[in-house]
Amino acid sequence: MLDKQEDLKDIQGRFPFLIAFVVIAFFVLLIRTGYLQLIKGGHFQELSESNRLRSLPIEPYRGLIFDRNGELLAHNVPAFHLSFILEDLKDKATTIKKVSGFVGISEKEINEKIKTRRDTYPFAPVRIKENIGAKEVALIEAHRLDLPGVIVEAVARREYRHGNMAAHLLGYLSEITQSQLDNVVSDTVYPGMTVGQNGVEKTYDEILRGIPGYKEVEVDAYGHEVQIFNINRPVRGNDIYLTIDMNLQKIAEDALGNESGAVVAVDTTSGDILAMASHPPYDHNLLSKRVNVKDWEALINDPATPLNNRAIQGLYPPGSVYKIVTAAATIERETLKLNENIQCKGGLQFGRRYFRDWKAGGHGNVALHRAIVESCDVYFYKAGIALGVDGMADYALKLGLGSPTGIDLPSEKGGLIPTRSWKLSARKQEWLEGETLSVAIGQGYVLTTPMQLAMLISAVANSGVKHRPKSVFGIKDQKTGELYRFPPVETGRVEIREETFQILRAALRGVVNEQGGTAGGVRSKVAEIGGKTGTAQVIALKPNLPKELLNQKRFKDHALFVAFAPVSDPRIAVSVVVEHGGKGSSAAAPIAKKIIEGYLKNVKS
Amino acid sequence: MLNLKQIYNFEWKFLGVALLISAVGILTIYSATHSITTHSAAPYYEKQIYWIIIGLIFLFLAAAIDYHTVIKYAYVIYGITLLLLIIVLIKGRTGLGAQRWLSLGPLSFQPSELAKLAIIIFLARYFSDKKSSGGFKIKELILPAALVFIPVLLILKQPDLGTALMVLFIFVMITLLAGISIRSLLVFIFVNVITIPFIAHYFWGMLKGYQKNRILAFFNPEIDPQGIGYHIIQSKIAIGSGGFFGKGLFQGTQNKLKFIPEKHTDFIFSVFAEEWGFIGALVLLTLYLILILWGVTIAYKAKDRSGALLAAGIVCMTTFYFIVNVGMTIGIMPVVGIPLPLMSYGGTSIITTMIALGLLINIKMRRLLLFY
Repeated sequence: MLDKQEDLKDIQGRFPFLIAFVVIAFFVLLIRTGYLQLIKGGHFQELSESNRLRSLPIEPYRGLIFDRNGELLAHNVPAFHLSFILEDLKDKATTIKKVSGFVGISEKEINEKIKTRRDTYPFAPVRIKENIGAKEVALIEAHRLDLPGVIVEAVARREYRHGNMAAHLLGYLSEITQSQLDNVVSDTVYPGMTVGQNGVEKTYDEILRGIPGYKEVEVDAYGHEVQIFNINRPVRGNDIYLTIDMNLQKIAEDALGNESGAVVAVDTTSGDILAMASHPPYDHNLLSKRVNVKDWEALINDPATPLNNRAIQGLYPPGSVYKIVTAAATIERETLKLNENIQCKGGLQFGRRYFRDWKAGGHGNVALHRAIVESCDVYFYKAGIALGVDGMADYALKLGLGSPTGIDLPSEKGGLIPTRSWKLSARKQEWLEGETLSVAIGQGYVLTTPMQLAMLISAVANSGVKHRPKSVFGIKDQKTGELYRFPPVETGRVEIREETFQILRAALRGVVNEQGGTAGGVRSKVAEIGGKTGTAQVIALKPNLPKELLNQKRFKDHALFVAFAPVSDPRIAVSVVVEHGGKGSSAAAPIAKKIIEGYLKNVKS
Repeated sequence: MLNLKQIYNFEWKFLGVALLISAVGILTIYSATHSITTHSAAPYYEKQIYWIIIGLIFLFLAAAIDYHTVIKYAYVIYGITLLLLIIVLIKGRTGLGAQRWLSLGPLSFQPSELAKLAIIIFLARYFSDKKSSGGFKIKELILPAALVFIPVLLILKQPDLGTALMVLFIFVMITLLAGISIRSLLVFIFVNVITIPFIAHYFWGMLKGYQKNRILAFFNPEIDPQGIGYHIIQSKIAIGSGGFFGKGLFQGTQNKLKFIPEKHTDFIFSVFAEEWGFIGALVLLTLYLILILWGVTIAYKAKDRSGALLAAGIVCMTTFYFIVNVGMTIGIMPVVGIPLPLMSYGGTSIITTMIALGLLINIKMRRLLLFY
């Protein structure tokens, strides 16, 4: 018996809807798949390639830095950074706890580092602690299996072998900044690369840094290298040889000691920087380790401005050192006769103001030679009045003041030589005649850098040959092994007659070697030194301070001294500025003497 | 119970299509995992073969026992399932953040898998018991709706969003097929439109953070390309980069380099489409269409209401899996974590699908039979 078929007509009548639903769904899926694969296929193929192919830079070995005698100053040592690959961390809380115990960084700090990760690519390492010690590396490596996602990255770190010595001249390294990346046209840098940030490390960065290599790798989704397609090996950077002599640098730094200030010593025959010190120094080894934000802010906000290279960025009124300029102008323009005596009674009334001489009793009758030897202010007030401010400025500019010397170091300042037109445009005021007297003795608006003063005295010593000062003596090409020496660069001659220089040199010799000379204390047995002292008033800017404050160190005058030696055949010129050091003769001149003696003794032997 | 004559009526060709898809699945699992070392000795593709063999045993069992017997015990099956769902919430084993597994000695299984079939069987029974001319009224739908919602809530609690949505889908589809009066349909739609915002709000609150993220990422994968949108983007890159002819077997870079997540389970279609291209995808999707439409035919030709509704429910379940799984890999469905039937690696999914296919064959075999 056949089962009587149930009446299914009503249900069956609804099946076409089900079929329609299935077929429509099928086409939706098919069309969408087709859209992804056929229309957008090319786009997704590109994405798939960029997913798997990565070009990883290989940091080149940075060139070494030597001094002029071939002594190694800066080299590269291995350093280890502790990093997390966040995507590979298994148990974050436990890992952080363990790592915190191993390397002495608080859990809170680790969490902050993780939070502030920069978004680069997935599985990029996040630096947790840089420059961990060998013991810490061993601890982490020993527990490697328990700490998935924790890695130790080995990198090269710059080490300066003489501590903070010549820190400003050498500079330091740190990660390339965005603006540096934007400014470098060549493909010799990449984000995250370490580059020079100050000193010769910065100016000679292109020579030192070499050419990065690239590794074309296939990576999986975890960032692990699966296959290497191609390697372009990095090219080692070239070594550079500085003009400084590390022995002389040490003498300069030791002599400056704990004082703030700057010392510059140059070879008068070539413009080579023999020593350049700026105190207080900074720890460039620490900076090159990539300091944390807190330490960095402490450094840039330090009132003693240790990052400032005072030798080329410190602006000081030159004080009586400027009398060299006033004297040169007076001789050249003959505004006063060479043996014309000026009576000095310890001051000069000009207009409504009385301009004092540093020597209360006065110098009596002095002509130019004695006025320089004794540093008579009244003589130079009169000389200044006779020349006018623009007359003095003319010779100041000729002697290289008021504009950067062009040294191969970053951020050199130009200083200021005032003129009537300068005051009118910068201050919107007429020049006051009394201000001419201040300028004549290097006060008032005049601002110079120790570097400029060194080049000034160098020009006087070598009769007006102007060199572009330089801190790098040569480059050793890594390919050929040859050392290329940079020849001295003569940038012109000072338009001052030879006789004028002879008169100036004789007077500067007198400052040290004649009876009554202001720097008689630095007379040397090694060589005859010529020089000029200077004392720059700090207080002049704030005349109404109470007496007890005046005894504080920060209101003491800056002490200056410029010198050259030997007088008969000059080879070295030195400028010294000791901030708040008091008198130039006692605070600055002895430093110059040590450097000159150190240099000339060495050269002779 | 098993009549020799019925063997002649066995749907060998239908089973053939299913096994063809399974074979493609094994090949794709091999491609997706041959570099992965499993904890146990046997690699994934090999284990998948064992699962399919076990699944076939279940398929033949499901085909052998007369489906009328199954329909007869529908309420018992429903009751046992409900009990298991409660037990799993209390004593279940947690895996991948969800409490879904029950351990039975060395084996463990997911009661929610059983629940899908139990609810289909229960609905087929309920709607074939009652006959109404002009469709069911709202009054008659309250009881089945309530009996569906209880397990749905229990499954959501685990939480297993995909399965819960699927059960609701099956309920709606079977109700529509069984017949609903026009007036009731309008009321039903109206009530839904009114209450959906509230239900959705409650529903949203019940979801775990990762589930919310998956749904958010579905609407905008670029929100967080490294996080929640990552799966969708990488899956689309894999499929899209396959192009017309594909990158070739074992040549899928997205697959090989592990950019595709869950590649041997939920995202197996991405692996396949990357290596076989549009040509392969067209063939594979068509195989599924054939399988589903074949199922619809079986439902259409069923001897009685219970058979037709049971078959239709199974077809809806398979269709839902198919649409949602493929849809999520190509970025038109949210990532809810359900497998592609017959292709995805996993014993539970294979056995459930095989039982379902066995029931379909069962219905087909018995459509011309003498009544006892």
